[in-house]
Formats: sequence, C-alpha cells, structure tokens
Amino acid sequence: MTQPVLEVQDLHTVFATKEGTVKAVDGVSFELNAGETLGVVGESGCGKSVTALSIMRLQRPGRIVSGKVLLKGQDLTRLTEYEMREVRGREIAMIFQDPMTSLNPVYRVGWQVAEPARLHHGWDKKKALQSAVSMLGRVGIPAPESRARDYPHQFSGGMRQRVMIAMGLTTTPEVLIADEPTTALDVTIQAQILDLLRHVNREFGTATILITHNLGVVAGMCKRVVVMYAGRIVEAGPTKDVFAHPTHPYTWSLLRSIPRLDAEQHEPLRPIEGVPPNLVDLPSGCSFHPRCAFKVERCARDVPVLLQVGESQRSACWVTQAGTELKGA
Amino acid sequence: MPETAVKGLKRAWTTAEPLVSVTDLKVWFPVSSGVMQRTTGHVHAVDGVDLEIKAGETVGLVGESGCGKSTLGRAVIRLLEPTGGGVFFKGEDITHIRGEHLRALRRDMAMIFQDPYASLDPRQTVGDIIGEPMDVHHLAKGKQRQERIRELLRVVGMNPRYADRYPHEFSGGQRQRIGIARALAVEPTFIVCDEPISALDVSIQAQIINLLEALQAKFKLTYLFIAHDLSVVKHISNRVAVMYLGKIMEVAPGRQLYKRPRHPYTGSLLSAIPIPDPAIELQRERMILQGDVASPVNPPSGCRFRTRCPRAREHCAEEVPPLESYGDEHKAACFYPLD
Repeated sequence: MTQPVLEVQDLHTVFATKEGTVKAVDGVSFELNAGETLGVVGESGCGKSVTALSIMRLQRPGRIVSGKVLLKGQDLTRLTEYEMREVRGREIAMIFQDPMTSLNPVYRVGWQVAEPARLHHGWDKKKALQSAVSMLGRVGIPAPESRARDYPHQFSGGMRQRVMIAMGLTTTPEVLIADEPTTALDVTIQAQILDLLRHVNREFGTATILITHNLGVVAGMCKRVVVMYAGRIVEAGPTKDVFAHPTHPYTWSLLRSIPRLDAEQHEPLRPIEGVPPNLVDLPSGCSFHPRCAFKVERCARDVPVLLQVGESQRSACWVTQAGTELKGA
Repeated sequence: MPETAVKGLKRAWTTAEPLVSVTDLKVWFPVSSGVMQRTTGHVHAVDGVDLEIKAGETVGLVGESGCGKSTLGRAVIRLLEPTGGGVFFKGEDITHIRGEHLRALRRDMAMIFQDPYASLDPRQTVGDIIGEPMDVHHLAKGKQRQERIRELLRVVGMNPRYADRYPHEFSGGQRQRIGIARALAVEPTFIVCDEPISALDVSIQAQIINLLEALQAKFKLTYLFIAHDLSVVKHISNRVAVMYLGKIMEVAPGRQLYKRPRHPYTGSLLSAIPIPDPAIELQRERMILQGDVASPVNPPSGCRFRTRCPRAREHCAEEVPPLESYGDEHKAACFYPLD
C-alpha cells in the first residue's frame, strides 16, 4: 500500500474552560489516502470540527497537547506558524459550514479567490485573477468574469459555497477538508454542492475529509467513514460495512433512530435515550455506556480502545470486541 | 358525530368537516425602498394556497427556505393576518377576527417553535413559562395551576420538580419538551409545529418525534408539521404538502408522494435527499436542479417552478397550473407531470 497523504496519530486537543479542561479531541487516529473521500460523522460536540481545525493548526484557544499530524510524512504539529502558513491554502484547503462568514464582505469575490495563488504561487494580480475566473467557471458559477467583480453578499448561499470551493482549489491542494459544507444549505442546493465535490474529487484527485452529522451524505459520498462520540473515534471502516453491520452500539442505534425516506411502513422510531455527555465531566469507562443498550459491567470501568472487529471494521466497544453481534427488537 | 363548538365561537361544527381549511390564501409583505421608504413591491410569501386539514390528522408541509411554509403556518393560526383569501377553523371564518374573538380562538391552537434556545424567556422559570398561557386565559390559579404545570411536565417526559428551574439549565431536547408543554397548557386541538426538531442533535430528534406522536394519540391533536426534512415529514404525516415560492405544488399521502411523485419539483426534492444506505445511494439516479429559487418579490409568470424545471415548456410561462387530482387524495399542479 502506498503511504497515506495525511495521517493523524493519537491526537489530543484540549480547551481550558471555567468548569475545567475539555478534552475535545481525545486520542484520535486515522489516515487519509490519496484521492479518497473520508467521512467523519458525529453529533455536535463530538470533536469532529476540532479535529479538522487541529489538522490546520487553527484550534486556538484550544491546545494540541500530544499526537502527530503527518502530511506526506511531515509532522504539522512541529512546524512554526510561518511554515504552517505555507501549508494552509497551498497543501490543505478548508471549507466551512457558513460560507458568508468565511468570505470577506468588503472585497470582490474574484480578488479573494485569487488570493491563495498570489500568496502561495507568487503570481501577479492579473495572472491570479485570470486563474480565479477560470476556477469560478469550473465550479459552476455562470458568467464567472462578471461574477468575479461582485461582492459576497450578491451571491446566494450555494453560490458562496462554490466560491469557497474555488478558492480552496486554486492552489491544487493535496487535501480538502470540508466541515459541514452543506448544513446551511437547502436540500436541492446541497445536492448541487455534493455533486460538485464528487466532481472535484474525480477531476483534481483531491483527497477529501468530509465532516458531517448527516449519515445520508456519508452514504452517498464516502468509501470509508469514521464515527466520533465525545472526542473519540468509536467506529471506523468501509462505509458499506459500517452501515450494513455497525460494530459499535452508538453507530447501531444512530442508524436505527433516523426516519428513512424509503421506509415502507410507519414504525415508531427507536431513539437513543439520554443526551450526549458533558465534555467537562465525561462518564467513566466508555463515554457512551449510560445511553447504551448493550452495556456490561466493564463498560463503566475501563475505556475501550479501537480494535479490529470483524473483517474490515474497527470498534471501541467491549461488547462487540468480545464477539457479540448487535441485534435488537 | 358529536358537535363541538369553537371555544367562545358560536357556530356548530362536526368532525366530518375539515378542522382547518384555507382557501386561496395570500400573505404578502410590503417591500419599501428609497429615502421615503415607499412601498415598492411585495414579497409574495404565500400566494394562493388551498389546503384542508382534517381533525386528528397530521399534515406535513415541506419546502426550501423562503418558500413560505412558516408564513403559511403562522397565518393558519392567525399569528399573521392574511392579505387575501380565507382561513376557516371548525367551520368559522377566522380570517380577520380580532379582539376577544381572536383571544378565544387562541385557546384552541398553539405553536411549537424551531429554536428551543430563543423561544423560551431566559428570565422565567420553567413553571412560569408553562403557566403563562393559563394565566392569560384564566384557566387555573394557585395550587391548581402548580398541579397542572407538574402534570404537563410529566406528560412531556420531564421531572415535575424542574418547574422551579430556568431554561439555561436544560439541553436543547429538554427545552423543546418545555416548549411542547407550554403549547399543551391551553389544551389546544390544533398545533402548528414549525421545524420542531431541526435545531436538535440527530440522536435527540427521534425522542421528540416519538413524543409528538404519543401526545397526538393521547390528546387527539391535529398537527400542521412544517419541516424542510422530507424523511421526517413523511414519517410523521398522514399527508404531505410540497410548497415552492408561495404555492402548493403537490399534496399526497407520504408514501404515495415518495413512490410516485407527479410534480417535477417533488421528484427532484426527493432525489436530492440522501438516504443513509450506501448500497442505495451509489445506485440512485439523481435529478439535480440547476440554479436557485427565484425571487418571491417578483415570482416567475405561470408556473413558479418553470425557471428550474427540466420539463418546462412555453405553456408553463403563460398559465398557472391548477392543482389537479390524481386520485386518492393526491393532487399536483403541473401541466407536464411525471408518470
């Protein structure tokens, strides 16, 4: 196997708060292979966004306390801020949930899209702007030449997200991190943006980390998926296996709790009881155990680590690691 | 059929008639511009909607942001006064009622809001939030009021002792339960749920959906359930209405709508919704719509969807397609429907 483009190894990121230390990312490891789209799913507060921000070293006021982020073998956590600036935008680009707050309202869109190429490639204004216009066209913005002269507020939500993607691609980065890129958009616009991301992945071969809370989006976009809960990865594996036979009770119950468009009959939903835990005061042992239907005595005592369960998946669960299959009424 | 009168209203009504009916409803908002702030146009938020809701059923209302679904919901329970058309509740014309008449009507309907953080007064205790509608309508006082508040908290699955706490002490899901308890305080027959689960975490959404279904069975409630998530709407609703730019494009029982959409907008909306199953997702044929929703200030002539419609022809710009029946409570407004 070839070396992964990006490797996150045992990453820990903490935030100091009045109530105590929040372990937002608590020992996360995964790898991203060239050209693939990896899904990272979880609910709010599970640490998926902080993981992404830590990769970019934008986690402040949080602190990376240990772990490595290897981009083609180079540890990003050891770079100086100056060196890191070279990586951001040139080698890893990031797009966010709310494209309005990520664009500067007082600069024309073309200028902003051209900025990474000016900074990282040292292109002059004219050349950078030309490439920006062509990139705007390639991400599906009609009449890119005149649109480049508009300001962000003149664009709709979906068009702004296209602008963000164009900006990210101007330097042809190795890695694109998309943090809930469609959450603020309507479904028909979401479909357009997801289609664009698929197209970008094919055409540019950019390896993508797609962070989302939407299991449907992962199902349609990602070959592999990582499921996070309370700062840790609880399950990882090929999307089709994880969805067909989840090996962590959280994944299992999450998949059962959502109404499906293709459901034939009306059956009552089976919710996960309780609420996601408070990160300042995590439950002992496995963080999911208070809500888990399969818990055994050990779960409240020892923290499970992510281990191989079945052919292709890894799960951090004492129950499935002991060979129990997840089944229920 | 037993006869029930609207609380405070005179006309008799039987459950055989629709509980709520809306005819050619229009809600426009003025747009002003210039130094003099003269009205220069109108946002046609709701623009000619016909809809009937039977007692005890749940009608789902889906559409993208800005399509007018919340405005329709607010006009139906008269939080907004319609610009044109009519709203009938238990057979009574409530389109323009005011004063005591309107206040009496408020005891029969309630609303559950999207944002459980913004819709509860942070300086009121949970008990006072739930008790306020009772105070307004003089429903209960003193000990009786306290008892009723505790009962409502139990009904929505919360500890009755929470009555003395404040909203900030609760999570999003619990706050939504408080909002539901407040809606139930007047013992309404009809509740408009405006995106009640959109702001909640995925694992909490199912809890609230199940609660709403249980309450409906227990108190014989009728719901207008507004959401942008078609999978949720299909799950909870008997019938689903699809709105686009102020108009209803299609109405049908949920499963029927999913299996055999007639309107091209419904078709593309359905194909845009991701299904959490990789085996299905990878094989799905996608009908991806081009462009954005047109402006409701100056909606397209004829069919409003025609500017994005893959099937649009000349005729679509000339005439507004009426809602036509496709049998079995299924109606769609399209000249060139999907088969």
